[in-house]
Amino acid sequence: MTRKTIIVAENIDKFFGDFQALTDINLQIHQGERVVVCGPSGSGKSTLIRCFNGLENHDAGTLRVNDIELHEDVPKIRQLRQDVGMVFQQFNLFPHLTILENLMIGPMKVRKLGSQQAEALARKYLERVRIPEQADKRPAQLSGGQQQRVAIARALCMEPQVMLFDEPTSSLDPEMIGEVLDVMVELAETGMTMVVVTHEMGFARKVADTMVFMEAGKIVEVSPPETFFTNPTSARARVFLDQILDH
Amino acid sequence: MPTARPMSKKKMMNTLPLGVGLYLIIVGGIVWLAYSGAQQMGYNWQWYQIPKYIYTFTDDGFQLGEILKGLWVTIVLSVVSFTFATVLGLGIALLRLSGLVVGKGVAIGYLEFIRNIPLLVLLYLFYYVLGPVFGFDRWSAAVLTLGVFHSALISEIFRAGINSVDKGQWEAAASIGMSRGQAYRYIILPQSVRFMLPPLFGEFVHLIKSSAIVSVIAVAELTTIGRNIISDTYMSFEIWFTIAAVYLALTLVLSFGVSALERRFQP
Repeated sequence: MTRKTIIVAENIDKFFGDFQALTDINLQIHQGERVVVCGPSGSGKSTLIRCFNGLENHDAGTLRVNDIELHEDVPKIRQLRQDVGMVFQQFNLFPHLTILENLMIGPMKVRKLGSQQAEALARKYLERVRIPEQADKRPAQLSGGQQQRVAIARALCMEPQVMLFDEPTSSLDPEMIGEVLDVMVELAETGMTMVVVTHEMGFARKVADTMVFMEAGKIVEVSPPETFFTNPTSARARVFLDQILDH
Repeated sequence: MPTARPMSKKKMMNTLPLGVGLYLIIVGGIVWLAYSGAQQMGYNWQWYQIPKYIYTFTDDGFQLGEILKGLWVTIVLSVVSFTFATVLGLGIALLRLSGLVVGKGVAIGYLEFIRNIPLLVLLYLFYYVLGPVFGFDRWSAAVLTLGVFHSALISEIFRAGINSVDKGQWEAAASIGMSRGQAYRYIILPQSVRFMLPPLFGEFVHLIKSSAIVSVIAVAELTTIGRNIISDTYMSFEIWFTIAAVYLALTLVLSFGVSALERRFQP
């Protein structure tokens, strides 16, 4: 099977001051692949996927996303970000706009679509995340789970090639995690390429093609979920899994 | 943001008569002191002369008196200067937030320079030094002085407003491919307006008051008019009381406008 590689990272290093956040990261992600990145806090998971759309600049190595080489070439990075959707832990919806406007502003101002086209697109994806009736409300009027689903729809409105999820359920109340994960599972079923940083191992088992385990800024293990959950090759991954699965 | 617990309405109504009484006693005392002081020095009050400087009503119909004309000039001067100050202030704030070392340096240098020169000296600089060099008239010198002086504080208001928007908003805007300019325009500035409007209007009121200083270069605004009338009539007590009352009325009306605006901008 020769699928296109969408993300190619070679020998990526990233520093915050003296602190080395990423060390010698090598990773390939193919079109349609669902990758779940896990690992303890501070292991560099978020930093890594933030590098994938240029929210962080890597300091060494090469990173190619959707055939665009990431360095500080601003117009190209902006082009790239249209093809790479991102969902944040804190939702980051635009509080001064209605839900519909949140979804329309990217297509209208960045993709330069007309307002009718943008609205059709926005309503389509609101339907997809199952909250079409909230279109005219403001983000603050929605529950956390609904807000995160809006954030997913907002990213989808740019019709991206890849979706990045940075701990999308970590700031949600437990009863709202399910509704967000359901939307993500459905998205995975459409064949979207997804890179998900999460601690939701049930989700990982259900949708992941590849598990990436990180610790202290390094990728420790890359393996299919069957192997990862039953017989991880690294001792550190085993300890991590014991800690989060035994409760 | 209320920090202390506000009084209940009932409690406020109970203390209201006492407050009003106390207020009247204090104000009455001050008026009486001024009046008796004036009597002692044999001041000849001529309040009956004042109305004609405010307005006249003759066969030609209603006509603005000199004081109201001066008030109009003060308003126009303030609005023009404030507009200029706002544009300049926004530019300085954006320069300071640009992340460019040079931009930041220029902005900080400008702020420190303006903030550490007295307004009067700045006015003299514009009128007596830069005026002849670049050919400003009094009016332009006045607008430039007030605009430049107030742009310093206004730029800090903009900066604080922009910084009060969560960093995640920038990231979200960037993640859907917006440029920095687009993020400012569609995402950041609309959200910071709410934080900026009250202090901006406060600064406008401040500017109206500091506009009185341009009377030293004889721009025909309210304070200059007051000085001119006094030099003709020697009614300094009546005129200065009147001028003060006119400024007070103008700024109070604006302050009420501001509180109404603030309520409207509550999310």
